[in-house]
Amino acid sequence: MSDYRVLPGPEHFLPPAAASMGIRLPNPGEAHINGVIAPEEKAYEEAARQFLMAKVPTIFPGPLVLWAWNEKAAKKATAIRHLFNTLKECVQATQKPMLIPMPDYRPKYPKINPEVEINPNHPNLTIWHNKIDCCIFIGVHCHQANLSLKIIRGGTSCYTIAMCAQAGHEDAMLSFRDASVDKIMRLAETIKRLKGTVQPPLSTV
Amino acid sequence: MAEAKSIIGTQNKKGQTYTDTWKMMNEAPRTPSFYTGSEVIKEAIRRASCDVMIAYPITPQSEAAALIGELFAEGYIGDYFRGESEFAVMSQCAGAAFGGARVFTTTAGPGTMRAMENFPMWAGARLPIQMIVTCRGINSPLSIQPDTLEIAYLLNTGMLVWHAETAQDFFDWILKGYIVSEEPDVHLPLALCCDGFFVTHTKDVVNLTPADMCLPPYDPYRSPVPCMDMECPPVRMMRDPFVMKSNYISYATHASWQQEIWAAVERSRKHSIHWLNGLIDTENTDAEIMIVASGTAVSQGREAIRLLEDEGVRCGLVKVKTLRPWPEEEIREATKNAKHIFVPEFNVTGWLAREIKATIPNHDRVHAGPHVCGGMTMPPEIIVSEIKTALGMKTFSLAGRGS
Repeated sequence: MSDYRVLPGPEHFLPPAAASMGIRLPNPGEAHINGVIAPEEKAYEEAARQFLMAKVPTIFPGPLVLWAWNEKAAKKATAIRHLFNTLKECVQATQKPMLIPMPDYRPKYPKINPEVEINPNHPNLTIWHNKIDCCIFIGVHCHQANLSLKIIRGGTSCYTIAMCAQAGHEDAMLSFRDASVDKIMRLAETIKRLKGTVQPPLSTV
Repeated sequence: MAEAKSIIGTQNKKGQTYTDTWKMMNEAPRTPSFYTGSEVIKEAIRRASCDVMIAYPITPQSEAAALIGELFAEGYIGDYFRGESEFAVMSQCAGAAFGGARVFTTTAGPGTMRAMENFPMWAGARLPIQMIVTCRGINSPLSIQPDTLEIAYLLNTGMLVWHAETAQDFFDWILKGYIVSEEPDVHLPLALCCDGFFVTHTKDVVNLTPADMCLPPYDPYRSPVPCMDMECPPVRMMRDPFVMKSNYISYATHASWQQEIWAAVERSRKHSIHWLNGLIDTENTDAEIMIVASGTAVSQGREAIRLLEDEGVRCGLVKVKTLRPWPEEEIREATKNAKHIFVPEFNVTGWLAREIKATIPNHDRVHAGPHVCGGMTMPPEIIVSEIKTALGMKTFSLAGRGS
């Protein structure tokens, strides 16, 4: 097993892809936390804990869930809205949950507005501008997700979570695989259950 | 996955049943058949649920492209046409794959080199095209005979590169190759190579899966990048975006894009091990003398081992099945007891020996050879001779009879 761990950065001028450092993706029913394979149950709790501790916990929904291009996508979008509402209910007044879409992967000219969207090719602008210290990617195509997750790890201290509909992402600090409406709802339930058990840090990001 | 599973057991327009790939490859009855390698390629593609095959059927490389034209006429392939050149073929393959098709093509030798610009583009665009490379000479004066030098050029394209030893490997790996390369965490093109002529033009007994079973169709919605459409055409990624700005993040994004391609090659390791039963095969790994080879050099190495055993020399074998992903740990483990490692190759530069030297400790154990090229055969006796010479044993020249 690799000694490398996928941790919040800033890691390096050009950090490696975690897969190239020997990090392997989880099998069905599993997740990974910091690159170590873990039971999915443990990952729900750790993801919820990270959200509840963050100053600016943020959900980044991608094109696969934003455009209601099939029934499943529409249901996922509803579940993500529920997750966001749950998050807002469970955090303290000093915390500022955000829901910022990644509507597509097209170049953003002349410049992106980091308060309304995130650019997968330059995600750090949105992370830095909004002082986001914990985020989750849902519904982002795998290649674009890995690209963004690695850039975030390279240049920010943001804790990254991926809810991937396929095999998961090593470049996130925590990754679920085979994302479904049930899994999104279960994460919301876990956040609700752990409400009040962890505190956000006193200092700002 | 749910969509792919739901189609299992249904039939395509030719009456073939979409079959769970593991069952088809490992549990279904096999029929021994006496075929050339080119015919085997045709039979594999008959079962591969291919949407598009694009050909530049210059006949010496193999007859496969023409034979697959027959499959199109029979209705087994969605579309089939001939490109203006090898470069055009590979570009057209990209177009079909961008649109969500399962794509197949063949090439060899100078054709591979002419089309080379496309291969890193395929990998960068995460297109799981399968390309058969029936290797032959690439340099001038031209040769239509086997020579594996072109594989060296493919190793850094970001494609998966597998090297088949036999026609049986070829049949099985064409079908398994689609499954590995279409995994969403991999989703890369596959260059499935063999030594031209030796495999393509000779006949062998190959155990075929039932012709009425076929692979589940490709599901482009599992792709790690969006399918091409008018809102998100590939040109927006290739021309407009981050790479056209001169700043740190533009360069870092392109660098990260490249890293992601090679991360996907790494991810293919798990799937390749599952489907190919390991990235290497081994024999006698406790021996102090090892032959490490890929392609038909493995067959010649196996025969050399038998000849050496007759003389009381014990020798082991490593058959390298995948060159990308590279089986670094496996080769290191398999050769840990070896004092001498011989790498017979059908090319002049010895690229496989270089890869192995970069992989193992104490690489002065590696004897890069014997080499033949330009279509020469590699009699097992010259491998035996190379080994005996290195061991200080008496051996005879195989070059000729003298004056």
